[in-house]
Amino acid sequence: MYIIIVGAGRVGYYLAKELVESGHEVLAIEKDGENSERMAEELGDIVLRGDGCEAATMEMAGFARADIVIAVTGDDEDNLVVCQVAKAKFNVPQTVARINDPKNEEIFKRLGIDNTVSAIPAILAHIEQELPAHPLIPLLQVKGGNLEIVEVKVPPHSAVIGKKIRDLLLPQQSLISLIIDEDGVPRVPSSETIIRAGDELLVVTRRENEDSLRSALTAPASLGSEGPLRPT
Amino acid sequence: MKIIIMGCGRVGRELATQLDREGQTVTVLDINPDAFRALPADFKGRRVVGNGIDQDVLRKAGAQEADAFVAVTPGDNRNVMAAQIAKHLFGVPKVVCRIFDPIRQEIYHDLGLETMSPTKVSARLLKEALEREPVARKQES
Repeated sequence: MYIIIVGAGRVGYYLAKELVESGHEVLAIEKDGENSERMAEELGDIVLRGDGCEAATMEMAGFARADIVIAVTGDDEDNLVVCQVAKAKFNVPQTVARINDPKNEEIFKRLGIDNTVSAIPAILAHIEQELPAHPLIPLLQVKGGNLEIVEVKVPPHSAVIGKKIRDLLLPQQSLISLIIDEDGVPRVPSSETIIRAGDELLVVTRRENEDSLRSALTAPASLGSEGPLRPT
Repeated sequence: MKIIIMGCGRVGRELATQLDREGQTVTVLDINPDAFRALPADFKGRRVVGNGIDQDVLRKAGAQEADAFVAVTPGDNRNVMAAQIAKHLFGVPKVVCRIFDPIRQEIYHDLGLETMSPTKVSARLLKEALEREPVARKQES
């Protein structure tokens, strides 16, 4: 495959290295002289120095025959324009954009950029795993973002503890697909599986149902009562 | 009309001043607070500091209720992105975007954005000026 990478900073460099090693034809476009020299020195003659947002540079780089264009500069506006122009002018079949400000994910999606990658939410998810205040962590979007896989940790006083999965009242189109217990043992649940405190549930759900799913799985057994109620 | 002007350079400032004097409700947006210094003393519009491709900044500038949005920063890509956010996420009815690069200007025009390229416009005006009164250099004898 012919893969063009715009931006040869750190992300672009390691990406190019991986792709070259797995046998792809790779070209990186980089404005900065120092970055492009470093890459050329280490990875060979695969760097074109220039502005990857300029149509002339794109033509020279052979955007018209590229299978994938990946924009990984540090500026979201540049990544957006690279992908939009690649699609509109050069009919590139697949584009991938790095997103620096996670808020920009929506506008990229609206404007038809196939794939976006954003490090911040991934990092936040790791931090939030340590914080009990965020018991629901979105892990992955599937089916164009309508469905997602989330992780929910069952808190010690949740009302669902001791209940069978078939007795749970979950939002529509929510499916508990994997349970990892406190000892780290994964189980594929059946409708008879009983939820225990500390279980981590991987749930497929609709994006808009996140909040109701969270409360269905984490709300305490008896609101307003003194102390937790233990199921018997 | 509520108008947001993103980029308070020479063009942004001139446009903001004219619209303000016409009685429009103008908000100027610039990443650099010093850019507002050159606005005339009687400018009544709002000044907002921030990056126009940041949705929170656009919200602060009132994008959700603006009637028009003009992107005139020196960066083509920044203008393009902010204009598309204003149009598609905030639903601003009238969005105009300056793009210096004529090729990018054509692409985004085709994608449905209202664009203008000063490069093309000034080249055309200069050419017209040249053609208006053709002069031939006198033959040196």
